[in-house]
Amino acid sequence: MAKVMFKRPAALTDKQFHYCPGCTHGIIHRLVAEVIDEMGIRDHTVGVCPVGCSVFAYDYFNMDMFQAAHGRAPAVATGIKRTLPDRMVFTYQGDGDLASIGTAEIVHAAARGEKITTVFVNNAVYGMTGGQMAPTTLPGQKTTTTPKGREKEAAGLPVKISEMLSTLDGAVYVARVSVHDPKHITQAKKAIRKAFEVQQAGLGFSLVEVLSTCPTNWGLSPKESLKWLADNMLPYYPLGVYKEPAEVK
Amino acid sequence: MSKVLMKGNEAIGEGAIRAGCRHFFGYPITPQSELPHYLAKRMPEVGGVFLQAESETSSINMVYGAAGTGFRVLTSSSSPGLSLMQEGISYLAGAELPCVIVNVMRGGPGLGSIAPAQSDYFQAVKGGGHGDYKLIVLAPASVQEIIDLMQVAFDLGDKYRTPVMLVGDGILGQMMEPVELADEVTLPEITAKPWAAGGLKGRETPNIINSLYIVPEDCEKLNHRLFAKYEAIATEETRWEEYRLADAEIVLTGFGTAARIAKSVVDKARAEGIKAGLIRPITLWPFPSKVYAKAAEQAQRFLCVEMSMGQMIEDVKLAVNGKKPVHFYGRSGGMVPLAKDVLAEVKKIMAGGDE
Ligand SMILES: Cc1ncc(C[n+]2csc(CCOP(=O)(O)OP(=O)(O)O)c2C)c(N)n1
Ligand code: SF4
Repeated sequence: MAKVMFKRPAALTDKQFHYCPGCTHGIIHRLVAEVIDEMGIRDHTVGVCPVGCSVFAYDYFNMDMFQAAHGRAPAVATGIKRTLPDRMVFTYQGDGDLASIGTAEIVHAAARGEKITTVFVNNAVYGMTGGQMAPTTLPGQKTTTTPKGREKEAAGLPVKISEMLSTLDGAVYVARVSVHDPKHITQAKKAIRKAFEVQQAGLGFSLVEVLSTCPTNWGLSPKESLKWLADNMLPYYPLGVYKEPAEVK
Repeated sequence: MSKVLMKGNEAIGEGAIRAGCRHFFGYPITPQSELPHYLAKRMPEVGGVFLQAESETSSINMVYGAAGTGFRVLTSSSSPGLSLMQEGISYLAGAELPCVIVNVMRGGPGLGSIAPAQSDYFQAVKGGGHGDYKLIVLAPASVQEIIDLMQVAFDLGDKYRTPVMLVGDGILGQMMEPVELADEVTLPEITAKPWAAGGLKGRETPNIINSLYIVPEDCEKLNHRLFAKYEAIATEETRWEEYRLADAEIVLTGFGTAARIAKSVVDKARAEGIKAGLIRPITLWPFPSKVYAKAAEQAQRFLCVEMSMGQMIEDVKLAVNGKKPVHFYGRSGGMVPLAKDVLAEVKKIMAGGDE
């Protein structure tokens, strides 16, 4: 008898993703949904989606959802969690959303030890608005607003969110993962699960930074994008667990 | 019931608690700081949450989160802080989330002064943030009215699923007046909010809090729906006070603190034989336009008194619609009109001195 090997998680709706071919936003959505299913928390989880390519995540996650203003998801999540402390609350944010316009919100949610989980998708560009430079754009990387490549003198150097947030006492679990191959996808899922468990245990703020592709704005094929991520992003953004509470080790 | 002496800013907080609000998010700013000070102590006493946010941008987005789960929620600030909140207020209006936002206004523009002003009238009633929306805007003129209108603010917000703003100024915030308070704090009945997104908890269909309507036809539909709601609010919820209006030849008008001053001038003018009256809008939006239109049939002149360079006067003129002259007396930047100066203006106008 045939065994079901691939099933849509209950935490995802049957709406088809609008993401470009080869975009790894879809994989990350799936990982979050699988973790929610496996933990059996869909019924009392509330998600907050950002402004960016994942703005429609409220149509994909099969649970109560909020759409937040650009960068403000951690503040919105704070409002949710403070009214309903027994709910699981997560934000899903891109690197323009979180590391540029929303830096104050993420830093202070982390500093307060807000008991929420953030899934931070770092694709080194602004996807939705047409491939402009993001705070995470690599030195020398060409974007529509750095046509000659990101120059340090004019645009500084990338913001390393995981390193930065892990200096805050309130941020108790911080990890950087990638989804460019099956092995890393498995590790990414484990990290997302840990982050949710940290929240469930009421330990504090948790964040998983996920290195992700944007074939459309990188001007590469899906396959080339995976390689570009491995060759260029991994050296600049070291993977690993930056912080982990003893309770979930 | 007992009478207690209360500061305006504290009354905002106590009024919110009496109205069933248990969540406050805010960032410090003069001249409303007594309110967060009060609530930092008072919220824990009633099992509520007081949270000092990192900015007004964050406060208003925390409000968005809390309102979206169906709770009564309050934020408060003063003019510069309100400017920062405008993006969030637009989102709240678009997502149709009830909440109460307080602006204890101070002099502007820019960092301005910390003294009392009314120069955020336009920001409050004409939009402030981007897009087609309106707020219900309440303008109390006494500490008792603050307490009473806080209940009204939360009730109207829930009834119409809309953000509500309450505007005051530094004088109103700092002044102490006796207020009638029920001896016990009871939780009022709060309308069920089946749209709230606080987790499925057995519900089949997810609830989504959202202001994105990517298809223009859908976005226009939202705006039509919002404006149908605003029309119902204008019909049902317009509030104002009239004072000695029936035979008035000159009608003074203003809101909040300026209206209190204008009211005292009405009596002084009457004592000198000038038939003066007052219209005080309590809702700045919806604006009580019909009351002015009716008064314009018999009064000869209007005098709008504001603590600004003249903002509400535009709505007064629209309401009077050219039937009678509308004069203006205002002080701005944190300066407060003196009754004697307003009276002098009344006399000058009635003597035809400024034509
Ligand atoms: C206040 C505000 N400023 C700018 C924008 C325009 N905008 C929409 S998405 C976006 C960048 C999103 O990039 P990112 O967060 O990296 O997400 P991605 O699209 O790459 O997933 C910008 C600047 C906006 N919607 N609101
Ligand atoms: S633009 Fe980039 S980030 Fe956005 S969906 Fe396409 S590939 Fe993904």
